[in-house]
This record gives sequence, structure tokens and C-alpha cells, in this order.
Amino acid sequence: METSSHVINVKDLVKKFGDFTANDHLNFQVKKGEVFGFLGANGAGKTTAIKILCGLSLPTSGLVEVAGYNVKTHPEKVKSSIGYMSQKFSLYDDLTVFENIRLFGTIYGLSSGEIKKRSGEMLSRLGIEEQRNRLLSTLSLGWKQKLAFSVAVLHRPKIVFLDEPTSGVDPITRRQFWELIYQAADEGITVFVTTHYLDEAEYCNRVTIMVDGRISALDTPAGLKTQLDCDTMNDVFLKLTRPN
Amino acid sequence: MRILLALLQKEFIQIRRNKTILRLIIVLPVVQLLILVNAATLEMNNLHIAVCDNDHSALSNRLVSELDASPFFRLSPEPRNVESGIHQIEEGTVDFLLVIAAGFEKEAIAGQTSRIQLLANAINSQQAQLGYAYLQQVAHRSMQNFAVEMKGVEPESKISTTSAFWYNPELNYKFFMVPGILVVLVSVVGMFLTSMNLVREKEMGTIEQINVTPVRKSTFIVAKLLPFLIIGLFELGLGLIIGKLVYDVPIEGSLWLIFGIGTLYLIGLLGLGLLLSTFSSSQQQVTFVSYFFLLVFILMSGIFTSVDNMPEWGQNVNLINPFFYFIDVMRSILLKGAGLADLWRQVGGISFLAVTLVTLAVFNYRKAS
Repeated sequence: METSSHVINVKDLVKKFGDFTANDHLNFQVKKGEVFGFLGANGAGKTTAIKILCGLSLPTSGLVEVAGYNVKTHPEKVKSSIGYMSQKFSLYDDLTVFENIRLFGTIYGLSSGEIKKRSGEMLSRLGIEEQRNRLLSTLSLGWKQKLAFSVAVLHRPKIVFLDEPTSGVDPITRRQFWELIYQAADEGITVFVTTHYLDEAEYCNRVTIMVDGRISALDTPAGLKTQLDCDTMNDVFLKLTRPN
Repeated sequence: MRILLALLQKEFIQIRRNKTILRLIIVLPVVQLLILVNAATLEMNNLHIAVCDNDHSALSNRLVSELDASPFFRLSPEPRNVESGIHQIEEGTVDFLLVIAAGFEKEAIAGQTSRIQLLANAINSQQAQLGYAYLQQVAHRSMQNFAVEMKGVEPESKISTTSAFWYNPELNYKFFMVPGILVVLVSVVGMFLTSMNLVREKEMGTIEQINVTPVRKSTFIVAKLLPFLIIGLFELGLGLIIGKLVYDVPIEGSLWLIFGIGTLYLIGLLGLGLLLSTFSSSQQQVTFVSYFFLLVFILMSGIFTSVDNMPEWGQNVNLINPFFYFIDVMRSILLKGAGLADLWRQVGGISFLAVTLVTLAVFNYRKAS
């Protein structure tokens, strides 16, 4: 099947909450090593979709395959192949930097030697070796987000899901954050990222724009701009969300 | 196994860093046992009694002075007549009014039934009952002494009741209260800490980060229960030490048995805490719901009142009340020296609740919605 090069395969995904349809027949595939952007206004259904892909939420109907496994039938297999960083900062504030790394490293089955090695590398890459034993609650949001991302890719997952990872951080940190994303992509990790910063859309290989639970466009940023005859992603977004 | 250890390590680090919880774990048992046991006493002394003596005889004087000497009663000045005595009860200045009819002594000497009347303020029915019982004792004794002095012999035909109070011969109310308060203490600490802990992770969003990992549900739940089980058992030990040192509560039975059944009991109660937290999404909710369960369980458990006096439906409700079983177990082991063979019914109940509650909690905890 063609899915061999696709690490994410979604067919006719529907998620309903009562009468409300949060995801209305989504269809898309993500290639290995891609940086795949998921754009949309608040409430468009991005977070719902990402939660289904991660196995945190069950689809009402449709087929969802992640890393070659069906999320409905093999959720635990999916979970060991992915990393996830939620909208809300969700490492433990009352643990130190290293204690968080050790906890999640062990959960994903890394040996203590491996954890020591990788955490050393990670902290020196982030330039915060001396913060190793600081409580997370004392770090700034920017640092926390960079750390959360690094923890999410610590076990070298096939895919990492990032749900609005840069909301609320300053432009410089956002820039640094995207450098981390590219480093991960270079290592062969597929990146699935939702955002509502349209400049970030330019950094993605391909972009999906969601409007009211549906996918209204899916292409490379350049492709979308020519297709809709716009100069910037901002115009693309406005044209799709407010067509008149 | 490595994952379980890592999760346990995380829980213990978090508990250790939470100064409020640490302080609570130490201060709560000390304060509860030192204050509550003394405050929640049902022992009676200094009951205010007024005597309306219409006989003014040697016998009635003897009865009054016996009452005066008793530690249970404090004699109020004699009212002018019965009406003013009743008025004093209404005002609340006295709890009891004893009326001795004229001719009381004469009737006693003649060997007739001599009558006295006791009026009690029964707003506090327990106090009224106890006062009545105390008075009967005192009156009985005075009459007997009087008879001995008059005739030089004990009255032969009278049936006299002697009672022996087994397992708590001095009727030390504290011996009765300490095990009860201790159960409440262990339960409150265990149940609140467990339920708050999981809901806090929900509020912070950290639970989502755990749910997206391949951690098994059972591993996660064991890691959530075990730390609080250990804290609960520590509280039980600390409470027993305080009970022994401060109140000299007897420990007739086996400590192993106490801790064994205590472990089973705590597993059930922590399971309940966990179950409640799976239903709640905020600490506020879970506190409120836990409080509801605790209050019903505690008041029905027989800690203050006798379960045998409850209507049958109430006694049936107690079949699913873990407090009821464990308070009974604690009192039986500590005061009576009961063994496992005597407690099979309670242990059966506790085991059933533990298995059911933990199963429900595991079943109801979902990694995906």
C-alpha cells in the first residue's frame, strides 16, 4: 500500500460531541519526516483532531492510522511511537528539570544510562545545564515550552504532536522553538504542529487549514498562495475563513 | 516494574515538597486525638439536680447527702415547691428535679414501696437517661444502707442486680473513643489525599501527558494508591502510639492483625477516593463529594451512637459502610483482644468493599475519552 511512506493516514474522520460535529470527514496523509502544519481559528477543531491522533480521544467514526497502527484498536502501540506536547504546559511544576526528564524517559523505556546521556545532550543544546536541578515552577514560560518539546522527543519518537506549542511565548523564543523543530525533523522525526500564528505556517512543508471542523485547503505554503492568488499566508487564511 | 518505581518516586518527591501535606500528616493525628477524644466525651458529671424534699426525715436527708457526695451530681439550692423546681428546669438552671413525697420514711420503715419522683430535662436524651440510671443507683444504695441500719440485716427477699462491665470495666469513655477517632483520622487523610491528588493532575493538565504515554492503567493506579496507603498506615501507627501514651488505651489483640485489616481497609477507602476523583474535574468538586460520603459514613458508623439502636434500614446501609466495619474491628481487637476468627464478618465486608471499589476505580479511569 501507499501508506508505507505515510506515518499518518486519516480517512473520513468524524468526531461528534452530542449534536456538535468537531471534525467533519477529515482526510489527509502525512509523509515521514515532514513538518506538517495544522492551521485554523480557535474552535476550528485542531485540538480535537490532534487528541484523536494521539489516542487521548476516540473518533466517532473513520479510520485513523498513526505510525502504522490503528488508534482505535492499538492505542498503546501508537502511544509508544509518538511524542506529545499539549496546549497547556504539562510537565510537573513541582519536580526539577532532571526529575521530569528521568520520569518521562523511564516511562518510555529508556535505560538510566541512556537517560543520563540524552538529558546531558539536551540540556547543553538548550544551554541550561546549570538549571538541571531547578524546580520547573521557577523557569520562565519560554524555557518551559522548549523543555517540554525536548522531553516530548527524548525517546526519539516517529512522530511528535505539538498543540499550539508557541502560544504565549515571545517572538525570539518562538524563533528558537522552530529551530528545535527543524533539528528534530532533521533527525527524521515527523512533526505535526497546530498553530494560529500564520508566519509559522511558512515554516511548514505542508499546511492544512481547518474551518468549522472541515479541511478547506491542504498544500505547500507556496502552493496555497498561488492557488488562492495571495501574497502571504495571512491573506490565504482570511480568504478561506471569510470567503466573500 | 521500572515504570512503577519511577512513578512512585515522582509521587514521593511531590509529597515531600508539599509542605502543607507534610504538616497535615503530623499535626492532624496529634490534634484530633488530643482534642477530640476529650471533647467528644459522653461521660456525665456535674449534672445539676434540685431536690424538693417534702418529707424532711432522716432517710430523705441521707438520700440528699448521698446525692451531694456523688461526683455525678451537683446539688442546687432546694426550691420552695415542685412548681418552682419545674420552673428551674424550664429555665435551664437545673437538669433534674427530684421530688420526695411526704411520708417517704414512714413507708420505708413499714416495708411498703416508697416513692420518689424524678423530673429530667430530656432535651439531651442521653444525659437524661444516664442521670436517671445514676440516680437509681444512688437511691438503691441509700435504701439498702438504711435497711441494714434499721434491721441490722440485709433485706433478704430483694433481688439485687449486680453488673460487670466487660472489656472496659471502668467504663472509660476514652477507650471507646480513641479507636473510633483513629479510624476517622486514617480515613480522612487517605481518602482526601488520594482524591485530591488525581484531580490536581487533571486540573494542571499533567494527566494528559501521562495518558499519552504507554503507561498501563493498572501501573498508574497502583502508583497513585501506594504512597497514600503507606501514609495511612503511618497515621494508624502514630495514632496507636498516642492512644497508648496519652490515654493508656489497652491493646489486647494482635497489632499485626490491626495493620493487616487496616491495609485492606485503606485499599478500599483509597479506591473510593480514586473512584470519586475519576468522576470529578476539579478539586472543589471532589472535596465536596468526599465530604458528603465521609459525613454519612462517620455518623452512621456507630462511632458516637450504638448501631444496634438504629432502624433496620440504617443497619442495612451500614453493610456498605467501611467505617462501620473498621471501627468495630478496632474496638474489638484493642479492647477485647478479638482474633481473626471473631472478625470474619467484618473482614469479609471490608474485603468485598476493597475489591469492588478498586475495580470500579480502575474500570472508570480512562486514558481516552
